Amino acid sequence: MKAPLPDLDADEETMPIDSNDDVVRARQLVRTLAQRCKLSLVDQTKLVTAASELARNTLVYGGGGVLRIGLVRRAGRTGVSAIFDDDGPGIPDIDQALTDGWTSGGGLGLGLSGARRLVDEFTLDTEVGGGTRVAVTKWAR
Amino acid sequence: MTERVPVLKIGDVLLVSIQVDLEDQIVLDLQEDLAGRIVESGARGVVIDITAVEIVDSFVGRMLATTAAISRMLDAETVVVGMRPAVAITLVELGLSLGGVRTALSLEKGLAMLARPGDHRPAQR
Repeated sequence: MKAPLPDLDADEETMPIDSNDDVVRARQLVRTLAQRCKLSLVDQTKLVTAASELARNTLVYGGGGVLRIGLVRRAGRTGVSAIFDDDGPGIPDIDQALTDGWTSGGGLGLGLSGARRLVDEFTLDTEVGGGTRVAVTKWAR
Repeated sequence: MTERVPVLKIGDVLLVSIQVDLEDQIVLDLQEDLAGRIVESGARGVVIDITAVEIVDSFVGRMLATTAAISRMLDAETVVVGMRPAVAITLVELGLSLGGVRTALSLEKGLAMLARPGDHRPAQR
């Protein structure tokens, strides 16, 4: 795990993602933070949708994991960052995994690539046998 | 037991109004329930109301597309109504434009769309 992580505020929150219910709860938590950050309605919707894709990936492909989320500040701007971590099998071919339509499971193959389009910053850190971490940030405009 | 989304019958149309934050299993159950109800009731149309739905991710988007395809195979036409503007913007950016799914802005318009014979099932009868 090498990519630098977003610097979350002290009020960050952590929750496990181990069931379909947790995916729903993750969406609600992201929505709450997005509102606190005063993202526009469209940006809230984009971030929550991206989080839903990533939370499902954590559950389905990573075998469950953890979401850390909080506000971030940089150069006078405020944003929301969400970090999804799992100890799953990792992704052997990152470029392939980020290609529209490619899936190793039964999905549409839009989860990672689509989520990346919906946020302002996206980092993917993965290692075969060493888990996967995806961090996303959306800035208030 | 997970909760289920109710499927209502109005004339020859089945109406599904999604009012809960959709958990994946509820989505899969709904798809099965709908297919069964179409055959059992002989419904000619299905309206899925997503007015209350705050986000549609690729899983739910795929459900809408496959439900439309399944209904078509069972001789019923599907219309998705009430999509929020932010949801539409997000879906397109996500890469899902739901090409095979008919949409209408409101329940009223969706029902009217299904009531127009010939309009929604071209060249079939």
